Amino acid sequence: MTQSIVVQVGQCGNQIGCRFWDLALREHASTNKNGIFDESLSSFFRNVDTRYKNPIDIPLGNSKQKIKSLKARAVMIDMEEGVVNEILKGPLRDVFDCQQLITDVSGSGNNWATGFMMYGQRYREQISEVIRHAAELCDCLQCFFLIHSMGGGTGSGLGTSVLNLLADEYTDVYRFTSAVYPSADDDVITSPYNSVLAMHQLTEYADCVLPIENQALVDICNKVSSALPPTKTGKKVYHQSSQCHIKASSAITSSDGGVKKGPEKPFDNMNNIAANLTLNMTSSSRFEGSLNVDLNEITMNLVPFPKLHYLVSSQTPLYSLTDVKLPPRRLDQMFSDAFSKDHQLIKADPKHSLYLACALMLRGNVEISDIRRNIERLKPSLHFIHWNQEGWKTGLCSVPPVGNPYSLLALSNNTCIRHTFGELKDRFMKLYKRKAHVHHYTHVDGMEASQFDSSIESLKWLIQEYETLEAQMGRTVEDIPRLKIA
Amino acid sequence: MSVVSLQLGQCGNQIGGELFNLLIEDATKLNPQFFSKSVDSKVNHEYDCEVVERFFTRDKTGNSLNARAVMIDMESKAISQTLSQAKKSGKWCYPEGQQFCQKRGSGNNWAHGFLEHGPKSWERVLDMVQKEVEKCDRFCGFLIFMSLAGGTGSGVGAYITGSLRDEFPHSFILNQVVWPYGTGEVIVQNYNAILTLSHLYRCSDGIVILENDKLQNICSRLMNLKHISFKDINEVISHKLASVLQPVKLFSQGRDAGFYKHATSVRNLLGDLIEQVCPHPEYKLMTLKNIPQMSEKSLAYSTYTWTGLLKHLRQMLIADASMEEGIDWEVKIPVPSNPDGEDYHQRPGELPRLKTRFNKSIANLLVLRGVDVHKSDLASFTDPRLNASWVPSGCATTIWCHPRPFNNYEKSATLLSNSQTPVAPLNFVVQKAWNMFTSRAYVHQYLKYGMAEDHFVDSFAATEQIIKSYSSL
Repeated sequence: MTQSIVVQVGQCGNQIGCRFWDLALREHASTNKNGIFDESLSSFFRNVDTRYKNPIDIPLGNSKQKIKSLKARAVMIDMEEGVVNEILKGPLRDVFDCQQLITDVSGSGNNWATGFMMYGQRYREQISEVIRHAAELCDCLQCFFLIHSMGGGTGSGLGTSVLNLLADEYTDVYRFTSAVYPSADDDVITSPYNSVLAMHQLTEYADCVLPIENQALVDICNKVSSALPPTKTGKKVYHQSSQCHIKASSAITSSDGGVKKGPEKPFDNMNNIAANLTLNMTSSSRFEGSLNVDLNEITMNLVPFPKLHYLVSSQTPLYSLTDVKLPPRRLDQMFSDAFSKDHQLIKADPKHSLYLACALMLRGNVEISDIRRNIERLKPSLHFIHWNQEGWKTGLCSVPPVGNPYSLLALSNNTCIRHTFGELKDRFMKLYKRKAHVHHYTHVDGMEASQFDSSIESLKWLIQEYETLEAQMGRTVEDIPRLKIA
Repeated sequence: MSVVSLQLGQCGNQIGGELFNLLIEDATKLNPQFFSKSVDSKVNHEYDCEVVERFFTRDKTGNSLNARAVMIDMESKAISQTLSQAKKSGKWCYPEGQQFCQKRGSGNNWAHGFLEHGPKSWERVLDMVQKEVEKCDRFCGFLIFMSLAGGTGSGVGAYITGSLRDEFPHSFILNQVVWPYGTGEVIVQNYNAILTLSHLYRCSDGIVILENDKLQNICSRLMNLKHISFKDINEVISHKLASVLQPVKLFSQGRDAGFYKHATSVRNLLGDLIEQVCPHPEYKLMTLKNIPQMSEKSLAYSTYTWTGLLKHLRQMLIADASMEEGIDWEVKIPVPSNPDGEDYHQRPGELPRLKTRFNKSIANLLVLRGVDVHKSDLASFTDPRLNASWVPSGCATTIWCHPRPFNNYEKSATLLSNSQTPVAPLNFVVQKAWNMFTSRAYVHQYLKYGMAEDHFVDSFAATEQIIKSYSSL
């Protein structure tokens, strides 16, 4: 079994990361009732004997050791102290130790250059050391999950600087990035700059990017909460009451059952969605199933051309009802929803664009014939590129997510993403035409003005590539004749 | 004689486990309904012993059986699942220390499996294989279970088959490969499939193809299953395989019921099978058709006659049907006046197509199991018109039999045939892979592991050659 390390950078990255660890613990607690440190736990956690002054890792051995003290395979980086300190004071404090922590006090001022150039240089050694330490504690390191935002300074700047470092020092370890893109009405004025500069790095150095758009998360949260019954104060909560039909803890936005107690914070619901994404994506490599999907299979199947590694994701169902007797229609609905516009984690509509490839990762009580039936059913309404008409990758993991009988994560390499990128480009150009705020960036040591040009060129190239592919939609393409045998 | 099995990848391990289970179930389970009347205890005992000798070793205490198998996967989950299921059966288990796994899977990447994992694993795998071979008093060859779609089964499988050929130049190697679904398993499956097939064709003695799509049809139409899991599919696969691999005797017609007491047993199963069914190095693909197949429930209410079974089976062969339901009875063997080579025509840019849809063979192996097997009339299977014109008449169809009912079926017949059946799926796969290749999609993933583009082209050429050879029978 392989291990993965989560690197969470900046305020957004750490908040999502924090939710991730809570939900990961909840998930393992629900499948692992005996408190044994097993292989699936070892992929994200270490088992540590804290009785010693210099705590040592307890080796996995024959998977029969009791859990002593779990430590997350995480590296937390922020250039402010607020969020990280809060995590370390919170209920999750015991899964982190301060050796895996890098903070500063002054923040990056929403400036990519400050994060990438200044802090990137200043902390390179230290970050490298912390990551090396985490990597050495892995038996077989497979993947880095990088979580950060694109709009701010620390997440986008220092986050992509860490990505460079990983690409440099761990060439054969996969780099998956969950990148949170700002909405069009984002309140950070320089967010288009930061996003475009960061994207250049993602395009070059990540193996796989899962873009997440703030607005899409807000919409999904609204969808879930509108299905919840209101309580007396008008606030929507997940309590099981007599007239409640949604099963507690089943909603994709819910933290129910985690170690976190007390009122949920406003962003928790949104962050839970992003955290579940990583959890669902890795489920098949952590748990048993009849058709396993290892992490390296995701890039292998979904990235037909280098650099076109941006995947649109959707997770269904958003919640499940208390009524456990589910007619089969509900299962088929889960598949349909996964392709609908309002379940995607970015504001885009894959149904009306061209699919290059699509992965369906199922968990729980689903059989291969259910998948095949639904692929046949959905295929006519989807457009696949002519050389990949059967571009489906499927996986079956037997362990369902907490609170649900089954779930589906759909990952698609779809040209619809070019709209998101196009809008970002427009916003960038609006500022850049007047060179607004550019001096804030060029003041930073090491930052060249040319960086702006090369980054926007890279983005334009990416949009162009997707456009060229989308232009092939519906067109019949002349086949090149096959080899002839004399 | 004994067969050493190699189980590769998730698919190979699942099938291997299922097959051993069935072999031992079938050998130990005595259904009183049939056995009182047909098979005497001496023959039963012989059957038992042969199954054990061929596929199992007894440990020192003599009580528990170990499968003669080496398990190989690049990732541990599938192996540990198969191991624990075998243990649960209480009848057999896998030998200790004969499992090889790495920590990182091949990620559906044939090149990763073939160029990296394969060479790295070979030395230790060879150790295990040798250890297993040394346990055999009389060793007759290797049986390799793998899939074509994934990275480990296909990539590592192709590498290991090639290396086994070098290390054991005189042993028989039979590969059992699972053909992926037409859609929706692994996106790069068509690349992986042609790369694997082109390599296996060089080093394997025979390749038995089992198609997931057809197996799923069997599960839904014949077995009446609504929710089909991989376990169901694997059970059908192991039923088909076991019906050939279990002990058999040479058939001689027109004798009385006692003939089998003196009939010769087929000892060198793999060798004889390959010799009979794969007589020419250009034709190595085999498919399995069997009859009857149904759920256990309906089995209790069904009776069959040999005449009926064989009539259906023969039509399945010539009409190329994968199951007894929905056979096209219109297909007839053409009259000899129709000259050979006219059966196919190929317009430019189109796939070769059968004018008459008659499915031509090179060789067939018919295995009959069950009550009154000596009463069956097999003239229709020895018709020389079933085969390509150059096949010498009289040696194209081999018949094996055993009076013991197999796996609860009172009578059952299986046909292992080297025929044109694989042309259609192979053509489909090559077309898909070629479309992808001309757009250079996914090629960079393979080049990353040091594969050259020429490697693809060579494999395309090799598979096109296979299609051509079979089409022009």
